[in-house]
Amino acid sequence: MVATSTTSKVSVRDLTIRYGQNAVLRNASFEIPENEIFGIIGPAGSGKTSFLRALNRMDEFTPGMSVDGSITLDGKDVQTWRNLYALRRRIGVVFPLPVGLPLSVYGNVALSPRLRGMKRPDLDDIVERCLRRAALWDEVKDRLDALGSLLSGGQQQRLTIARALSQEPDLLLLDEFSIAVDPVTTMRIEDVLKELKKEVTIVLVTNLVQQARRLASRTAFFLNGECVEVGETEELFTGTVQDQRTRDYVEGRFG
Amino acid sequence: MFERTELNARNDRTQALVKVLFGVMTVLLALPVLIILGMLVVRGGPMISWEFLTADPTNGMTEGGIYPALVGTIWLVSVALLISVPIGIAAALYLSEYARDTWMTRAINLAIINLAGVPSIVHALFGVGAFVLFFKFGTSILAASLTLAIMTLPVVIVATRESLQAVPHEFREACWNMGATRWQTIRRIVLPNSISGILTGVILEVSRTAGETAPIMFTGAAMFLPFLPQSVMDQTMALSLHLFAISTQVTDVPEELPYGVALVLIGLVLALNAVSIGFRTWLRGRKKW
Repeated sequence: MVATSTTSKVSVRDLTIRYGQNAVLRNASFEIPENEIFGIIGPAGSGKTSFLRALNRMDEFTPGMSVDGSITLDGKDVQTWRNLYALRRRIGVVFPLPVGLPLSVYGNVALSPRLRGMKRPDLDDIVERCLRRAALWDEVKDRLDALGSLLSGGQQQRLTIARALSQEPDLLLLDEFSIAVDPVTTMRIEDVLKELKKEVTIVLVTNLVQQARRLASRTAFFLNGECVEVGETEELFTGTVQDQRTRDYVEGRFG
Repeated sequence: MFERTELNARNDRTQALVKVLFGVMTVLLALPVLIILGMLVVRGGPMISWEFLTADPTNGMTEGGIYPALVGTIWLVSVALLISVPIGIAAALYLSEYARDTWMTRAINLAIINLAGVPSIVHALFGVGAFVLFFKFGTSILAASLTLAIMTLPVVIVATRESLQAVPHEFREACWNMGATRWQTIRRIVLPNSISGILTGVILEVSRTAGETAPIMFTGAAMFLPFLPQSVMDQTMALSLHLFAISTQVTDVPEELPYGVALVLIGLVLALNAVSIGFRTWLRGRKKW
């Protein structure tokens, strides 16, 4: 057992993820430090999303998915976590395409607190606080009762961020959040993330290497189910890399 | 280059022919419905009066009204609904939201499909064996409604499961990711967005049981019983059996009487359907994605 450093939020050891016989991630090991943005870059099919699903224990809902090795959150192995619902509440997830639940703007953000048994007026407070932190409050404060799915794409993505924040997570997973969002909104969300990392550890999975460069202090490069390299983000771009494929990828020579 | 070729002309002729053919088929399809309804209204319409609906049959069922049969049918269908809807919805929720894809669930799904294919007379005999004799409910509304309920269960399950599956899977994923349990996800997201489909599907299909004759014939419906049932342990008359009786078992029935009864029966079913379609339209207006 390797001792985990005290500042590691998440430790990944020899992680292998399979769907049936097909391994989508093999023997990955890396550390995600606390209160930082940790980037994961790599082309499609490299195992990035599967890692997020394993971290959130979504294997429970995914027939055929199996996880070997260990992922620890605050030193506790998520595989042996007893109360998975409590585990998932600590981890907020934002999907590539915004999933506006068929509820009002208010209802979307209030859902998680409601599941924890929170009632008004505490609910009003947390909804406003989360919408403000997601930089959406000013745009929706007059139509909290409107359906979430009536908002624009960029607003919906910030709504899902507000919804993730309403879980009061200490770990926030963003899976290619900017795929359906215009560049201006992307920049606004990136500013939000820079604010958030003071309180929350963020894992940013992205196809855009420049986005990782702008936001992430450390970055992992996944390729075809292999964790090729992990290091200081700037190192991957300008410093010495251990594996030439990393430099080729970040400089856009393939992928 | 753009001249019409023989091939173009042939394609056009085929196209026109096929269109006419399919159109004729569609009209032929509607024809029996129109003829049935037309006959019923023309010949049975004059029979319908307030008295016809609210009076007991008299003179060996050749005169008078159909009140006990009308009330009896409403009893039978309501009790059958009360039994099959909760069980069917619960089973569909389990199959759609909880069950993993194992040989067990496959076997259950197969059993449901097969149950739907069992002829109603077989259901009737099962009802006699199980409810009338084994559970000793006697010939009663309870036994007849249980038989009807078992017959309609597959339909309720399939209609419910389809409505549940129509709710996008990503809604469930988003909810689970938040730490919601399966039940919280069902209760907060899945059910509110499928309940319209469930209820209308169920009402639409179950209203058909109003017309069933075989399953109730031996289990709880009586040919002639000019009293209203007092409880579910009583026997009752029913419109469908009444129609069967005056059409085939009783002599000297005025020719128009069966048409009147049939019109009331079909009117009852159509009224139920209209309610459920109206309800669905109203709920769809509130659909949230």
